[in-house]
Amino acid sequence: MKALGIILAGGNSKRMKELTQKRAIAAMPVAGSFRAIDFALSNMSHSQIGTVAVITQYSSRSLSVHLNSSKWWDFGRKQGGLFLFNPTITPENNNWYRGTADAIAQNLDFLYQRHEPYVVITSGDGIYKMDYNDAIAFHTETEADITVVCKDMTGPVDVSRFGVVRTDEEGRILDFEEKPIATELNTVSCGVYIIRRRLLISLMEQCKEMEWYDFVRDVLIRQKNVKKIMAYRMDSYWNNISTVKAYYDVNMEFLKPEMQKHFFRDYPAVQTKVDDYAPAKFNPGSKVTNSLVANGAILNGEVQNSILGAKVFVGKNCSVKDTIVLSDAYISDSVVLENCIVESRVNIPEGAVYRGTPEAPCVVSK
Amino acid sequence: MVKKKMIAMLLAGGQGSRLGVLTSKVAKPAVSFGGKYRIIDFPLSNCVNSGVDTVGVLTQYRPLRLNSHIGIGIPWDLDKRTGGVSVLPPYEKTSDTEWYTGTANAIYQNLEFMEKYNPDYVLILSGDHIYKMDYEEMLATHNRNGADVTLAAMPVPWEEASRFGIVVADENNKITAFQEKPKEPQSNLASMGIYIFNWPVLRDALITLKDVPECDFGKHVIPYCFEQNKNLYTYEFTGYWKDVGTLSSYWEANMELVDLVPEFNLYEEFWKIYTETSTMLPQYMGPNATAERCIIGGGSEIYGKVNHSVIGADVVVGEGSLIQDSIVMEGAKIGKNVRMKKAIVAENVVIGDNAVLGEGQFAESKLDTRVYNSDLVTIAENSVIPAGVSIGLNTAIVGETAAEDYPNARLEDGGFIVKAGDKA
Repeated sequence: MKALGIILAGGNSKRMKELTQKRAIAAMPVAGSFRAIDFALSNMSHSQIGTVAVITQYSSRSLSVHLNSSKWWDFGRKQGGLFLFNPTITPENNNWYRGTADAIAQNLDFLYQRHEPYVVITSGDGIYKMDYNDAIAFHTETEADITVVCKDMTGPVDVSRFGVVRTDEEGRILDFEEKPIATELNTVSCGVYIIRRRLLISLMEQCKEMEWYDFVRDVLIRQKNVKKIMAYRMDSYWNNISTVKAYYDVNMEFLKPEMQKHFFRDYPAVQTKVDDYAPAKFNPGSKVTNSLVANGAILNGEVQNSILGAKVFVGKNCSVKDTIVLSDAYISDSVVLENCIVESRVNIPEGAVYRGTPEAPCVVSK
Repeated sequence: MVKKKMIAMLLAGGQGSRLGVLTSKVAKPAVSFGGKYRIIDFPLSNCVNSGVDTVGVLTQYRPLRLNSHIGIGIPWDLDKRTGGVSVLPPYEKTSDTEWYTGTANAIYQNLEFMEKYNPDYVLILSGDHIYKMDYEEMLATHNRNGADVTLAAMPVPWEEASRFGIVVADENNKITAFQEKPKEPQSNLASMGIYIFNWPVLRDALITLKDVPECDFGKHVIPYCFEQNKNLYTYEFTGYWKDVGTLSSYWEANMELVDLVPEFNLYEEFWKIYTETSTMLPQYMGPNATAERCIIGGGSEIYGKVNHSVIGADVVVGEGSLIQDSIVMEGAKIGKNVRMKKAIVAENVVIGDNAVLGEGQFAESKLDTRVYNSDLVTIAENSVIPAGVSIGLNTAIVGETAAEDYPNARLEDGGFIVKAGDKA
């Protein structure tokens, strides 16, 4: 065990609007059967990282429920395991986590007590598949102090939801821009960092003393001229789901065969908590094309280019197109949905019509 | 001292030979059912849902799939510090080493296992029926009656009663007589092979009858208890119960699941059925796919048409194919433009493009008329069907077949191909 893991799953994004009223971003359902944090957890597990702390704060109930057993990601071991760190009040501290660095600094004990030489820090909302050992190997080869996993984005990208970096030829990071409105740079930070545990401890102690709270602003940007911060470029799929539009687009990408192959079938496949729902049931009148359907769904109507979560019910004569339906939603007869995101457990009455656009999907919530 | 009120002993060692090539490599309790489950999931889930947390699973015939399915019992929450699930195969002794020779003999050979838990009651189950039953309710009835032994029994149509082991009971449900496949039945209550015994009564009977060859519950233990004037009662069960012992009953039970509101409902929250799932993926319907009246397991990719069928997990149905009235189990890959009707396709079968299954006229089976006596095409697990061949009704195929195995690219009605390995 070369590394331990920290997953930052405490965040909320105002740009997710009503979608994160119910739950943290890391607990958002993805591709019908998964939640966002499954990707980071599976990566940890598949990289033989057996000790992982999930740091939660904002609306963490869904997330705690999802993580109620660590066995689905193979963390149920005597040594190490999965730890859930919520903010706690102690005689010395009565603050919430005031930022990503503060969240780690408030859990320094966890870092003190371990023995692994490296720490892999990742956000809980990244959709990607990665063997962190490759990044750790890069980190040691380049003798970096901190390694930031990056991705060169192609095509038009809404950079305002990413951190972007400028590097020299060797890949050393010279500049960071956090969520710029516009930039000519196209290398984005994936929010995955490799760092020696000892160095992380000293940086966090410094943050504590100086009352610095944010990992990007107060660690990476402040230290960039003193510490060797390297960019490790990954070339497989990476995205995050920090806005309604991004959430919609990333889900829809899972309708592509190459996405399904990459995440679902190529070893090692992403793992998630096992449900006990029966297989999806297609009744007379159902016509489902180019769609993903999770277990427990019962279908009586027409569904096209859509993603249906577990236990979704679709009534007769429905027309569901280009829509994401989260688990347990009940869609009555003769409902029309186009470019929508239907919240979990929503009951849509008979004959209702909701239409959004691909640019601005309509969020249907209670 | 460890104390469990009721423990269950689940008999899962039988082959289920009348399922033909489906059980040539696995025991009947490990055969897939309903797109996601294996038959043993039903009694195991019933145990958990009834609060029975200690289960011994007796295995004998081809136990590999059962062993890996059950593992340490995680899917059923039977991975427990005390109790939980234990797989109990036959074992070698200093003398008198033997296989499990009968149902009661198998239980007798595991007396030590049962004694370890110091139970008040022992529940005897078999691993080859599809049903949901609350054994706790059965136990309450057992206690209310002050019974020594309670047999679950269900009413069957009178005209069929002569095919079953019939129990005759008085108005208080106390058993007054047994009739094994009677010509003139006095009752239509058929024993379901589910028993609750007071532990001392079972223990005494097993020890007394230990030298009876092929000692069996129905043939020896129950009659012995009856002769000893023990209190035997019936527990009448009127819910859904299906013995999937033959190919056609197995096929029917699967097909009943796709009814609009199936009699046996897997979708209700109460009384869930748990299983070991290798895949948690959503299922993908391709751009030209259609599916009506069917259930489709997770991770499957459907590009063709599926009608009135049960499709397992991780199945691929190619473009232009038509699957009708069929059961396709986990991991099977069906090529393009395949036509399939009334077929049972076992796990990981590969079917080549343009193959046609289940077209022709019924003809008597050349393999085994006892097993194959319907229109069904039955294909054993890991078999390969080459592209372009046509397969008739009432047929069976085992192994990696190639075009030269099919004269004129056709397997005639009632025919079979068995290649390599066990003859079915």
